[in-house]
Amino acid sequence: MKKILILILLLLAPCMAYGLDVPPLRGHVNDYAAILSPTTIQELEQRLSAFERSDSTQIVVLTIPTLAGENLEEFSIKVAETWKIGQKGVDNGVVLLVARQEQKLRIEVGRGLEGKLTDLVSGRIIRGEIVPRFKQGDFDGGVVAGVTAIIAVAKGEYKASSSDLRHGRKSAHPIFTLVIFVGLAAVFLGALSKVLGGIAGAVGFPIIALLTFPGLSLLILALLAAVGFFLGLLLSFLFSGGGFFGGPFIGGGFGGGSFGGGDSGGFSGGGGDFGGGGASGDW
Amino acid sequence: MKRLLLVLLAAFVLSSLCGCGYNTMQAQEEAVFAAWGDVEAAYQRRADLIPNLVEVVKGYAKHEAETLKAVTEARARVGSVQVTKELLNNPQAFDKFQQAQGQLSGALSRLMVVVEKYPDLKANQNFLDLQNQLEGTENRINVARVRYNKAVQDFNTSIRTFPNSMTNSLLLHLTRKEPFKAEEGSKVAPKIKF
Repeated sequence: MKKILILILLLLAPCMAYGLDVPPLRGHVNDYAAILSPTTIQELEQRLSAFERSDSTQIVVLTIPTLAGENLEEFSIKVAETWKIGQKGVDNGVVLLVARQEQKLRIEVGRGLEGKLTDLVSGRIIRGEIVPRFKQGDFDGGVVAGVTAIIAVAKGEYKASSSDLRHGRKSAHPIFTLVIFVGLAAVFLGALSKVLGGIAGAVGFPIIALLTFPGLSLLILALLAAVGFFLGLLLSFLFSGGGFFGGPFIGGGFGGGSFGGGDSGGFSGGGGDFGGGGASGDW
Repeated sequence: MKRLLLVLLAAFVLSSLCGCGYNTMQAQEEAVFAAWGDVEAAYQRRADLIPNLVEVVKGYAKHEAETLKAVTEARARVGSVQVTKELLNNPQAFDKFQQAQGQLSGALSRLMVVVEKYPDLKANQNFLDLQNQLEGTENRINVARVRYNKAVQDFNTSIRTFPNSMTNSLLLHLTRKEPFKAEEGSKVAPKIKF
């Protein structure tokens, strides 16, 4: 028993050591290295959300204990691409990344801010505002000074419009629209004939699967078609009774509730794009 | 009634299958061109930075004329390579482009090693700014190249797999695009350390 456990642990070990995952986005300030004081985090959080409300520009701070051997620039762009900081279309996001053990930091600038917050300006903020304070061990002061400088530079570049304020609301994936469409088709066709409902499922289900995971083999698609057929039949039977399952319920249920997507009220990136602009430094 | 529904269903199935990747492939080719645009812009940005950099270094490091000359020459060679969209379809021309840019990268990293010897230069605000810009540009080049290769991979796979391959050979005749190959010693991006 013990041997098996050890074997499993050994098998797991390489996976854990390999690569560095992008941590989940918790808010404007993500202090995973625990180098900032709670008051600083709170103050920054307030200032950054206020700035986002007025200018729509998203600035996010991430501190990590270690890069685990990963290249700073590569990890930074990975974070930016995963979190998608900044509003979609204007790409006005900034990530301030601090790696404590390696003593390295980077300002990653979204495409839309590259004009104002150039590599040169980012470099000056790092060298002039952040690094001198970090050298004295004053992480709070360094991060606050850096964020202050970034805000000063980025201020006025963009204005928030009501549509930009998408706090924690992601639009539903287009696949969900398809799922709803196929589901509705199955229900309506199923009202005419159970078999037709099943066919709608058999056709729609593999198509959705193919769009979600391109490159599925024909065999899998055939299996999915069979599954879809039964799902379609099931839907037809479920809804054929009519009565309490009215039409509006389907739309409301699928659109708002189960498939609306992470409406958790938290903070999320707006879909901004990054092209590798910014500057790195160390202390 | 039932018949009409069947016809509608058949039409839906046909329209969803008959695409055969015709639109997808074209969209993917456009994505490759867009990604290539970013690559080109990033390289251009680097080329534009070099005269300033050479000028600043010259003021402090007069004895490094040879290294500076190598950078200037490499830049001139890069400028002489014709860059068009057709470049992406032509392996030889693409290789030449990549080689020229690679030589410039090499010359630049040698220059950056040489400046280590000049503390005055390293303290120069102007030089520090240029260094930031150069690092930023190298990083942009990296990011743009990775994204371009990704787009090329998607496109090349798409035109070679069924049913797209058939649509392509019958209708579109799109050709494979060239990805960037890792150069020797460029597995690790040239690290510019001061």
